Amino acid sequence: MTAPLRMAPSGGSPPGAMRTQETTGVVFVADDERGRAQRFREAALPHLGDVYTLARYLLRNPADAEDAAQECYLRAFRHFHTFRGGPIKPWLLAILRNVCRAEYARRGALAAVQVDGVEHAADEVAENVWGEASPSPEAVSLSRFDAETVQRLIAQLPDAFREVLVLREINDLSYREIAEVTGTPVGTVMSRLARARGLLRDAWLAEEKGS
Amino acid sequence: MTCEEARILVHALADGELDAGHAREVEAHVAQCEACAAELAAAREMKQALRAAPLGFAVPASLSAKIDRVVPAPMPVTNRRALLKGFAFGGVASALAAASVGLVILRESQDDRILGEAISAHLRSLQADHLTDVLSTDQHTVKPWFNGRIDLAPPVIDLTAQGFTLIGGRLDYIDGKPAAALVYRRRVHVINLFVAQGLGEAPSTPRLTMMQGFNLLRWNENGLNMLAVSDLNRDELEEFGAKFSAAARAAAQS
Repeated sequence: MTAPLRMAPSGGSPPGAMRTQETTGVVFVADDERGRAQRFREAALPHLGDVYTLARYLLRNPADAEDAAQECYLRAFRHFHTFRGGPIKPWLLAILRNVCRAEYARRGALAAVQVDGVEHAADEVAENVWGEASPSPEAVSLSRFDAETVQRLIAQLPDAFREVLVLREINDLSYREIAEVTGTPVGTVMSRLARARGLLRDAWLAEEKGS
Repeated sequence: MTCEEARILVHALADGELDAGHAREVEAHVAQCEACAAELAAAREMKQALRAAPLGFAVPASLSAKIDRVVPAPMPVTNRRALLKGFAFGGVASALAAASVGLVILRESQDDRILGEAISAHLRSLQADHLTDVLSTDQHTVKPWFNGRIDLAPPVIDLTAQGFTLIGGRLDYIDGKPAAALVYRRRVHVINLFVAQGLGEAPSTPRLTMMQGFNLLRWNENGLNMLAVSDLNRDELEEFGAKFSAAARAAAQS
């Protein structure tokens, strides 16, 4: 892979960069490429745990999650010059989410229909989150489950709700960042998150009864 | 404010996402509406229940290796060659400079090797079933486990209250020497804290280094080398070092 010569490093080039440019173009490309890889690694690798975790929740399968995280880092590195600074985690998670959506599509027409269905349902819910019938949560305390049980309960949430819940509670993103990652308005993020917690609470209480 | 609005906004309140004005409005509504108060309590309880369990997934070593192939780490060899080239072509002044550089190269390469081995040990530990030999969140279980297994007594500190959960301990080797590995977790991130003797540099207060995309923190604790490795961000790893060190010194004095 060669970096285009015109590419200007966005995050402030080292003082020696101009001098290097006066020497041969080959040296410049090599130095620039190496510097770019180094900058990318320092910025992006600390977030691999977050990327992989989101992939596990979105795809619900370790092998697919590993492939998706790898593809995410490949794309992110390739497009690193388009990254405009600020926190890099939301930028990486947005790429990961796109990779996962491509994977949904690859899984076939049936899966795609389900995703559409959930998106549609999510929009309806967003407009009318609590109808007359929805009761307020009863004052019972949630029992403690081990991590695997909680992971399973979260994994069973519908896609649109699962992703906002994971982005908020596990990836630690702000509402604005979640809106950026999912390409939805902050208001939608808020209502989906509220709904996600309600659904998870129902599933939690059902698990308590069952176990 | 209607209940319909409030029932969504209580979640933003629980998440600390509301500005002061809106927060006051929601709180005022909640104070006089039982249903919305219950919704807020449920949101807070759910947040707390989720925080209690480590819900992240550990990165498999195979994935880290694949990403290393996609984005290769810069070769330290290249730097050394560049420096040696400076030595060969330099005049007297630069020869003198390069001579001192030579010392730096030697020390750094030994140090790099230790850091490199610590990272390898960290990666190995993340493969399934290799993280801990003794699995316990209780410091009084983990510390005695090392008795007879290693000729030093590692300080084992429970930092759960400070947001770093002790999950166990393990025997490992770094630079050919046995090392006690204490394993902590922060959200999805695992911290391996290696405790050994003769692991090169050990400043009296924790010092941060970055290598291969990992953050490493090294310091000296009562004559023992402490070396923490994690993919955690540098601020939080430094926080870990400061809290561990403070607690270890308090424990040593009592």
